[in-house]
Amino acid sequence: MTMTATARRRRGNLTKWLFIAPALLYMLLFFGYPLIRNVVMSFQDYTFSTYFTGKAPFNGLENWRAVFANELFGASLWHTLVFTLGSLAGQFGIGMALAVFFSRRFPLSGIMRSLLLLPWLIPMVVAGTVWRRVLDQETGVLNESLQALHLTSSAVPWLSSPDHALLSVVLVNIWIGIPFNMVILYGGLQEIPAELREAAVLDGAGPVRTFFGVTLPMLRPVVTVVLVLGFMSTVKILDLILALTNGGPAHSTETLGTLTYQLSFLQLDFGQGAVVGNVLIVISMVFAVIYLRANRGGAAR
Amino acid sequence: MHEHPHRPPRPVSAAACALALALAGTGCAAERDPDVYTIMNSSTDEPYHTWDQEAMDSCGAQAGVEVRQISVPADQLVPKALRMASSDSLPDVLSVDGSDLPQFASAGGLVPLEDLGLSTEGLSEGALSIGGYEGVYYGAARSVNSLGLFYNTALLAEAGVEPPRTWEELRTAAAELTGGGRYGLAVSALSTEDGVYQFLPWLWSNGGDERELASQESVEALEYVASLVEEGSVSPSVVNWTQADVNDQFIAGNTAMMVNGPWQLPVLREHPELDWAVAEIPVPEAGDTSVAPIGGTTFTVPVNAENPGRERVAAELVACLTTAEAQLDWSTKGSNVPVDPEAAERYREEVPELAPFVDQVRTARSRTEHAGTEWNTYSQAIGTALQAALTGEASPREAMERAQARVEAELEGRS
Repeated sequence: MTMTATARRRRGNLTKWLFIAPALLYMLLFFGYPLIRNVVMSFQDYTFSTYFTGKAPFNGLENWRAVFANELFGASLWHTLVFTLGSLAGQFGIGMALAVFFSRRFPLSGIMRSLLLLPWLIPMVVAGTVWRRVLDQETGVLNESLQALHLTSSAVPWLSSPDHALLSVVLVNIWIGIPFNMVILYGGLQEIPAELREAAVLDGAGPVRTFFGVTLPMLRPVVTVVLVLGFMSTVKILDLILALTNGGPAHSTETLGTLTYQLSFLQLDFGQGAVVGNVLIVISMVFAVIYLRANRGGAAR
Repeated sequence: MHEHPHRPPRPVSAAACALALALAGTGCAAERDPDVYTIMNSSTDEPYHTWDQEAMDSCGAQAGVEVRQISVPADQLVPKALRMASSDSLPDVLSVDGSDLPQFASAGGLVPLEDLGLSTEGLSEGALSIGGYEGVYYGAARSVNSLGLFYNTALLAEAGVEPPRTWEELRTAAAELTGGGRYGLAVSALSTEDGVYQFLPWLWSNGGDERELASQESVEALEYVASLVEEGSVSPSVVNWTQADVNDQFIAGNTAMMVNGPWQLPVLREHPELDWAVAEIPVPEAGDTSVAPIGGTTFTVPVNAENPGRERVAAELVACLTTAEAQLDWSTKGSNVPVDPEAAERYREEVPELAPFVDQVRTARSRTEHAGTEWNTYSQAIGTALQAALTGEASPREAMERAQARVEAELEGRS
């Protein structure tokens, strides 16, 4: 009797593992391996001839020391922070306002909502290239409009001055990110029973009080998801910046994403590129943990 | 298959490759068709791609093989070639930019062309400097290019300005031609190779040197370019312009003059209403020699340890693609300058409007002449300095001193 029970349990375990195996194998091969390889690479002296000889000798902390001593690393870290926080604040704020706006139905609201999705559908590189033209100091349509409306006296050097470039890149990224925020938040708003808000109104709460007292707390799980997902896709930004400014002028829009690209694929120093990549992964991981915790907290309640 | 009787059948070897890739991060080469030869270049744009294919087809027919052209964007060519190198699947012929050749050669990735029966006799100094590394000839150039000063003849005539020959003349001319939403001069000042390439004529003609960026001559060159932006004769947007953008500005009439290369001609010719001419890049003082960088790609033969026989056929293709006839044909179509001196002379007669480029190429310098495999290090330092000075982030002297320190630190860290 005991034998069969053990055997059954063993078989049950085996079945469990068989179910997990494909996913586990996939994760190990396509996430685990590159991740570990990237960590190992950051301790190797990777050069041009490595590709021909296959030899990349280990050089201890040399790559890490070189990257942290590089002024550009500190600057990129700062730019990444400003870019991410600025983008998130703008995307979320405007996305939320639009979601609330569209949650009250009115004629043509459906069409307008779908039109607002357009930026989401455009590939980043295309958006970047178009915006680069729009923001051009002399021939850009934005400066021409601003000057025609007498809003600015002289052309604003949107992308050609190190003081403005980062701001411009953030603004473009906000434009791109609004639809995502709006759609998810709009979905979340639909989930909140209308009675709750009606009850709040009956209790004498004004629109602001209703929003902060009822809507926002009910929306919390959705807000967390939007912010964390937004963070993770923003912090690793590469394509948009490459298309808009290529990290310039004078490295004023260099982020960790463009720096790792530059080190790996332009300087062909994959060891140092891997170091920056690892830093980026660690930052993302911290937020992934926050995300998972927030989600688990939501499920427990 | 018959070339590798010792190899396991393909499915097994493919599985073995996948496993090897997973375990060690190395791949395996795909089997090569003995009658198909591959040439990788960066002719992604039409009509160059078609012209290249025509040349390759006729050379393939001569060698009795089929030639397949793989074109990747110029900035992705080196990374792609490196990935191919790590899996032993480099193409039979690799067309690399002259500034990247030393790295491939020093890594032992290229076969010396003389070993494959290509003679260096009668080659011009320019051809040897762009295709050689440490005295060994690895890459055969078909044509080279350089930079010149394009000017809008109508606008200059209207303003009564003569094509400038010295820095002072250029400064005055650019200032006079500026106005009414138009700038006098446009250059590319990107921090990448586009901008660096365009900065070199100022640096070199003034006696400056990439190895001594903080020297008086080098700093003066940067001061000169920065002053043109400061005076308003050159748009501050140039820090974001590629050389193609510069060309667009010139065509649109937003600038009266531009620094650019002969490869822009196919685009310029699409606008017959535009009257333009080319002059050599102005020099600091009358009588100085205008020294511009020489650019262009060379055909190289990557090492093919498994099939040395293929290297010979590849060399035949290279020889056929770079004969004086082929050079002249390609150069006339693509508006570059043939490397072969005789072909260059005939080119001067056939395309007189580009004669200044023939002269410019004669005195031009290769970027890797002194820098060798380290050109990228110099290039990035120069690009950063250029942008720092042009955006006013640092004074030209400060920017150049930083660049020099950066180069020294990087070179030291590597030795």
